[in-house]
Amino acid sequence: MSALDGSDIERVFREEYGRAVAVLVRAFGDIDLAEEAVQDAFAVAAERWPSSGLPPSPAGWIITTARNRAIDRFRREASREDRHAQAALLLESRDETAEDGPVRDDVLRLIFTCCHPALAANAQVALTLRLLGGLTTTEIARAFLVPEATMAQRLVRAKGKIRDAKIPYRVPGESELPARLRAVLAVVYLIFNEGYTASSGERLVRDDLCAEAIRLGRLLADLMPDEPEVMGLLALMLLTESRRGARTSAGGAIVLLADQDRSAWNPELIAEGQAIVRACLKGNQPGPYQIQAAINAVHSDAPTAAGTDWMQIVRLYDQLLFLAPNPVVALNRAVAVAEVHGPEAALALLEDLGLDNYYLFNAIRADLLVRLGRKNEAATAYETAIGLTANAAERTFLERRRLALEATP
Amino acid sequence: MQQYMLTVHSVEGSPEPSADARQKVYRDVDVFNGELKSSGAWVFAGGLHPANTATVVRVHEGGEVLITDGPFAEGKEHIGGFWVIAAPDLDAALEWATRATRACAAPVEVRPFDNVSPD
Repeated sequence: MSALDGSDIERVFREEYGRAVAVLVRAFGDIDLAEEAVQDAFAVAAERWPSSGLPPSPAGWIITTARNRAIDRFRREASREDRHAQAALLLESRDETAEDGPVRDDVLRLIFTCCHPALAANAQVALTLRLLGGLTTTEIARAFLVPEATMAQRLVRAKGKIRDAKIPYRVPGESELPARLRAVLAVVYLIFNEGYTASSGERLVRDDLCAEAIRLGRLLADLMPDEPEVMGLLALMLLTESRRGARTSAGGAIVLLADQDRSAWNPELIAEGQAIVRACLKGNQPGPYQIQAAINAVHSDAPTAAGTDWMQIVRLYDQLLFLAPNPVVALNRAVAVAEVHGPEAALALLEDLGLDNYYLFNAIRADLLVRLGRKNEAATAYETAIGLTANAAERTFLERRRLALEATP
Repeated sequence: MQQYMLTVHSVEGSPEPSADARQKVYRDVDVFNGELKSSGAWVFAGGLHPANTATVVRVHEGGEVLITDGPFAEGKEHIGGFWVIAAPDLDAALEWATRATRACAAPVEVRPFDNVSPD
């Protein structure tokens, strides 16, 4: 047995917490009980593993220990309802390992419960991070910049609704699956996006949320490899993440795609993402995530910004607009159109999008106006954009662009 | 089985449905009630007269009973009717609620009963 340190236990915790909670939730029908038991088990692990070494199946060890802890708890606390105790005792007869088919099903069930449409979107996100990612309430509150008490209350209320309204632990049937899966993917992508462009605060990126979203994306891809949009979302996140190192300067300032040092892009993530995109193309069941992944794959293919196949990107945006009409997609398409047909054509496309209160709309409009030499209008558009973002890095970036405008003749 | 209350919400002052539309609602609700009964999910149901027929009774400090005219809720939305159903879980209740809202052509709220477990 090799020596263990805290980071090994931390890694097992990240990887196995959700699985262990999922198994015990199914067994006990009670989220709080499952969480307490799994936390107990990790506390025991933190005591024992440094001297005993990692057990052959850490996940199995955690689940068994958690189950035994919960049973001990029942015996101590007579007040617990009998059905919980019975459920736990029933579970004793089952042999659990991490590779078990039933364990995988338990994880999937719990994901669909956390992302149930009867729960508010912000509660879905919080529950998913809490139960499947093992993030503490403090960590989730910090990530979303809400007071800890607010986040704690949000989690308590959501868990209470699951219990009282009997939101089931079940993978939805075929007829409900597409809509329910969309909700799950939306939660994962929301976590990723909040990590990638923190909607407010000092730093542009919150690495921990990106990593957790990708971990969840990989988990879903492992559980539902035949769902093309699951694969598309994973590819989209991997390809976006591949540029993270190049996206900000050493000082934390934003570097635009065109100005990024492409040698700083992560080649492993690009290769993995592109392989998934190719498999999706072969599968030929396009969806919004797959198309967005394909757009990112085109960027990843280009040796330079100028060498980007912008025609291909415009075509992919056309397809995306057809499948998921949305003004933000139309805005991104206009950016690609500017590269193919020039800024004048792109500016015309911005009319009537109804995005006047979106900071990125104003920033893009400002850039197009700069390229057309309409400096005064560009300065006004930058001002509007600056007033609309709460992210410090984005604000600094826009202020620099506006100042550069004044410096040019 | 968990019991759920499905309440039909009507908004005061919204346009009156045509006679044909109302007849269709009656027919569709009848069919829906039949489905509830034959599946065993039916517990109880009823439609209510408009909220302006309501009377509120409350006990004041000192024990005096006060009777007043009018619905309790001051808002414009009132309960027009309800079903009490038994369902294994929220998904099953939402499935019934989906059929209910189609039948009665109005939004339906689903709420679990607290600790009612007839089985």
